[in-house]
Amino acid sequence: MADTFTLKIIAPDREFYEGDVEMVELRTTEGEIGVYKGHIPLTAVIAPGIVRIHEPGEVKYAALHSGFVEILQDSVTILAEVVEWPEEIDVNRAEEAKVRAERRLTEHDSATNIPRAELALKRAIARIEASHK
Amino acid sequence: MASMRDIKRRKTSVQSTQQITKAMKLVSTVKLQRAKTAAERSKVYFNAMYDTVSSMLAKAGNIDHPYLKESESEKKAVIVITSNRGLAGGYNSNVVKLITNNEDMNKDDVAIYAIGKKGRDTLARKGYAIKGEYDEVINAPLYADAHALCQELLESYSNGEIGEIYLAYTEFKNTVSQVPKMLKLLPVSIDEIEIKQDSSKEKALMNFEPNEEDALDLIVPKYVTSIIYGALIEAVASENGARMQAMDSATSNAEEMIQTLELSYNRARQGHITQELTEIIGGAEALS
Repeated sequence: MADTFTLKIIAPDREFYEGDVEMVELRTTEGEIGVYKGHIPLTAVIAPGIVRIHEPGEVKYAALHSGFVEILQDSVTILAEVVEWPEEIDVNRAEEAKVRAERRLTEHDSATNIPRAELALKRAIARIEASHK
Repeated sequence: MASMRDIKRRKTSVQSTQQITKAMKLVSTVKLQRAKTAAERSKVYFNAMYDTVSSMLAKAGNIDHPYLKESESEKKAVIVITSNRGLAGGYNSNVVKLITNNEDMNKDDVAIYAIGKKGRDTLARKGYAIKGEYDEVINAPLYADAHALCQELLESYSNGEIGEIYLAYTEFKNTVSQVPKMLKLLPVSIDEIEIKQDSSKEKALMNFEPNEEDALDLIVPKYVTSIIYGALIEAVASENGARMQAMDSATSNAEEMIQTLELSYNRARQGHITQELTEIIGGAEALS
C-alpha cells in the first residue's frame, strides 16, 4: 500500500475535507497534476475542475472552482474559494449555466466578457462532470 | 414635589423602554451566537491563507511586483465596516474615530468605501469622499461580496487611482471585548508579515507554478478578498456583541430608575394618605 499524507481542503465558510490520502489529483492553471507523498514543495493556482481524492480503498470526487494549493513533503493544503461535493450540486442549474455560457461565447458581441464567459463555462462543466461520478 | 400621577406615568414609560432594551438584548445574544460560530469556522481558512501568503512572500521578498512596492499615488482607499443600525454603544463611532483621528489620513486624499450606513453617514457629514456604498452586505456577508469589492479596489489600484488600501473594522476578541482596528491591505508590507514566520515551513524551498510573479498576481487578490471577508464576519459578531452589552447596561440602568421612581411614588402616596387623614380628623374635631 502506498504511503499516505494529510490532505486538507479549506473553504472560507467551512473545513471541507481533512484526512489521510494516498493521492490527490487536481487541475491547476498549468494543467492536471497528481500528488503523491513526497512531492516537491509547490504552490500552484487552481483552475476550475474536479479534484479526485484517493483515500485508501475509496476515491472521492468534488468540484473545485478556484483557489490555490500548497504542497509540502507530507501534507497538502487546498485553499478553495469555492468547492462542492457532488451531492451538493444542482445539475439542472449547472446545465443551464453551461448553455448560457456557450451561447455567450458563440454570439460574440462586443459587450461579452470572453474570459468571464469561458470561466463560467469551465465551472459549469466541472460541476456537471463531478455530479455524474 | 411631583404628583403621584406624574411619577406613575414616568415609571410606566421607563418600564416599557426597559422591555424594549431587554428584547433587543435577547435578539442580539442569539445573533451573536450565530455570528460567533461563523467567525470561528472561517478563522481556519484565514489562518491557513495568512501562513501561506506570509511564507510565500518571505521567499519572494525581492520580487519587483506592483502589489509589493510603494505606489506613487497619494490617494488612500479605506474600507470602513460599520453597522446599518445604531444602539450599539460606541461600536460605530470607534471605527469612525480610527479615520478622523489618524493624522496620516488627509481628508482630500482619502476615498471611503463604506460598508454599513452608520459609518457612511458620519464620514459623509464630516466631509470625506464616499466612493462606494455597500449597505446590504453587512446584513449577511457573502464571500462573493468581498470578492466584488476586492475586484473594484484592485482595478483602481492597478490604474494608479489609489496608492494604498486600508481596512477599518472591529476585531472580535470575545463576547465582551471588541477592538477597533485599522489594517493596511496593499501594498503588502513584507516587514510586518515576516515577524510571524515559523521555522517548520522555512526548510522547504517552495516552488511556484506558474512562476512567482504570476502566482502573486493570482494569489494576492485572493488574500485580500479573504481578509475583507474575514473582517466582515468578525464585524458582524462585534456589532452584536457591542449591542448586547449596550442593551444590557441600558436594561440595568432602567431597573435602577424604576426602583428610585417606585420609592418616590410610595413616599408620595404615603404623604397623600397622611394629608387626607389629617384633614378628616381636623374636620371631625371642628364639628364636635
